[in-house]
Amino acid sequence: MKIELLYWDGCPSHPEALALLNLVLVERGVDANVELREVRTDEEAQQLRFPGSPTIRVDGRDVDASGADSRPALTCRIYHLADGRVSPIPSREQLEEALT
Amino acid sequence: MNVALAQTAPPFTLPGVDGRDHSLDDYSDARVLVLVQSCNHCPYVRAWESRLIAIQKDYAERGVRVVAISSNDAASHPEDSFEEMQTRARERSFNFDYLYDEQQSIARALGSERTPEVFVFDGDRKLAYHGAIDDNRDETAVSAHYLRDALDAVLDEAAPAVTDTPAVGCTVKWRT
Repeated sequence: MKIELLYWDGCPSHPEALALLNLVLVERGVDANVELREVRTDEEAQQLRFPGSPTIRVDGRDVDASGADSRPALTCRIYHLADGRVSPIPSREQLEEALT
Repeated sequence: MNVALAQTAPPFTLPGVDGRDHSLDDYSDARVLVLVQSCNHCPYVRAWESRLIAIQKDYAERGVRVVAISSNDAASHPEDSFEEMQTRARERSFNFDYLYDEQQSIARALGSERTPEVFVFDGDRKLAYHGAIDDNRDETAVSAHYLRDALDAVLDEAAPAVTDTPAVGCTVKWRT
C-alpha cells in the first residue's frame, strides 16, 4: 500500500493530519510508510494536481474524492465533515475508509 | 511584527461587503473593537466562523463591535475576491462588518500573519489582546476561551489575564 501525504508549509495543518494518519494506521494494523512530499511552488501544485494542504492519497486515490479535483493551488484544503462542520484535515472516518 | 500591546489601532477606511466605506472612526461608539484578520477560503476561518458570529451576538449589547477584514490577494486566491466576500457574508448572515483591504495596508499596519487572527482594542483603542479566538479549531474541544475572556476583562475595565496567544490558521496571502 502506497500512502502519500502532500503538504504546503504555508498551512499549519499537515502535522496534525500526519499524526491522525499514523494513529489510524497503527489502530488498523497497517504496516506502511507515509511518504511526505512538500509542494513548494505553483508549478509543482499544477504538476501534482495538488488541491491544497494536506492532501493524502492511498494508492493514488485521494482520501476525499469530492475535493480532489479542485483547482491546484498552494493553499489550505477544506474538508467537510459528516456533521456539516469544516475541517483543515480529513476526518478519522475518511482515513479509515480510504485504508479499507 | 504585530501591533504591540497598548499600541493604538491603525486608522483605516475600507469598503465593506454592504457597499459602504467603513473607517476606524465609524466605530467610535463601540466600547470594544475587535478587528479580525479573516478571509473566505481558509478552513480555519470557516471552522471558527460560527463562534465569531456567536461572540458578536452575545456581546453586541455590551458595546462590542467585531469587524472582519480580508487582505488576501484575490489574484492567487479567487475565493477571496470582494464579490466572493459579499456572497459569503450573505450566505452565512454575518452579523459583523466584513471589509476588503485590497491594498493590504491594514494587514501590514497590524502585522497580521494568519487568518483568523484577532486584535482587541479597548475604549481608548489600545490593543488589549491579540491572537486566537480560543484554543481549538474543533469547537467541541475548546478549553480556553481567549477572546471571550479578553472581552469580559476589558468590559470590566481590567487587563485580560492572557494578552497574547499564537494565532492558528492560514497565512495572509500577500501580493507578489
